[in-house]
Amino acid sequence: MKESNMDGLQTTATETEQQLEDMAKEMRLANDGLLEQDKGYFCDVRPHRVEPYKGIMESFANWARSQSLWILGFGTGCGAIELRPLMTSRFDMYRYGIQARPTPRQSCVFIIGGYASVKTLKRIVRSYEQMQGPKFVLGLGSCTVNGGMYWDSYNTINRIDQYIPVDVYIAGCMPRPEALLGGFIKLKQMIREGKCEGMNKYIDDFDWYKANQKQIIHDWNMPDYNW
Amino acid sequence: MATERQERTIQEVKDSDPVCDGQAGLKFVHVGADQAVAYITRLRDVQGYTHLVFFTAIDYIEDSIFRLTYMVHNYASRQDLGVQVDIPRQGATMESIHHLWPHAATYQRELKEMFGIDFPGSPGVDDSFILEGWTGIPPMRREFDTKLYSEQTYFPRPGRVTHDTAAYMKEKLYPSEAETW
Repeated sequence: MKESNMDGLQTTATETEQQLEDMAKEMRLANDGLLEQDKGYFCDVRPHRVEPYKGIMESFANWARSQSLWILGFGTGCGAIELRPLMTSRFDMYRYGIQARPTPRQSCVFIIGGYASVKTLKRIVRSYEQMQGPKFVLGLGSCTVNGGMYWDSYNTINRIDQYIPVDVYIAGCMPRPEALLGGFIKLKQMIREGKCEGMNKYIDDFDWYKANQKQIIHDWNMPDYNW
Repeated sequence: MATERQERTIQEVKDSDPVCDGQAGLKFVHVGADQAVAYITRLRDVQGYTHLVFFTAIDYIEDSIFRLTYMVHNYASRQDLGVQVDIPRQGATMESIHHLWPHAATYQRELKEMFGIDFPGSPGVDDSFILEGWTGIPPMRREFDTKLYSEQTYFPRPGRVTHDTAAYMKEKLYPSEAETW
């Protein structure tokens, strides 16, 4: 009698352990794309939300963020050609507090420059996830909206917002630098109003975004979240 | 049934006088697949066509062939020569020419990926070229429906409208300009 009771208790204990393990697993990323010996090099913690400050603190932070936008210098498509005149004296983006940075770790604005092929999308996802928050995405050109003139191509995606969250679209093929500046001013306005919560949206719908990305990126050989 | 294209082989073509169906300075010859590499080697080593300009394929699905075009250039006579080789679409395989021009391996890798034409022995021919992890049939084959594939794969945004350009111009934008279209 006593022995069987002990058995029962042990079973319950094992079940609880199992449940705890399952919960821990749910909080972890599978990183299935990595080789077994490489898994140790990468973090498998799920990304977490960053809640905005309260009240005036958030307003102040948003104002400060909107005054200093650092672009990731990664021209993902033909639209990147419009960024060069934006830097030079005629349009001079520096007067708006906008400047280009060479690495994702240093930048907060990602401009998707037009069409994105599947191969580029993989790099876009990697770069976007490596950027530190708060981070914003500008969709430049018609291709980011609905595929543009490459809408029926076998190799270019149609809508970038299925894979990463987008804050502002700038339509046109190509939009002129004036339109880009207009997009930046709109972005600044939205940041000040606290509407640019793309990063938290990405984390809330993380599994949906990942499923969409993995549906088209077949050779997924990177971690599930690039810290 | 052999088509006119397939009947024209190296036997009809004299080395000194290639079939001319192009503009000045650009000529084409049709060569059988088994003689092609020997013929191109002769062009390179004897006749001075030392530069491989490009190497590409066309899918003639009606005739069940791929037409390979080796475009070579002679710097001395400023002559371009396109060597056209027809190979069957089914199990398409061609001899590699990477030993003649090392950069041909890149073209052959691309043709393997885009058309599924195999070049046994060519360096890196099985590595992916621009499509990473492509699982479907090679996308440049004409039986591949790119529009259907895109619609099934890439979340098309609803509401796309296509206008007939001339009619739309006439109706909406520049009535006078539309006359010239």
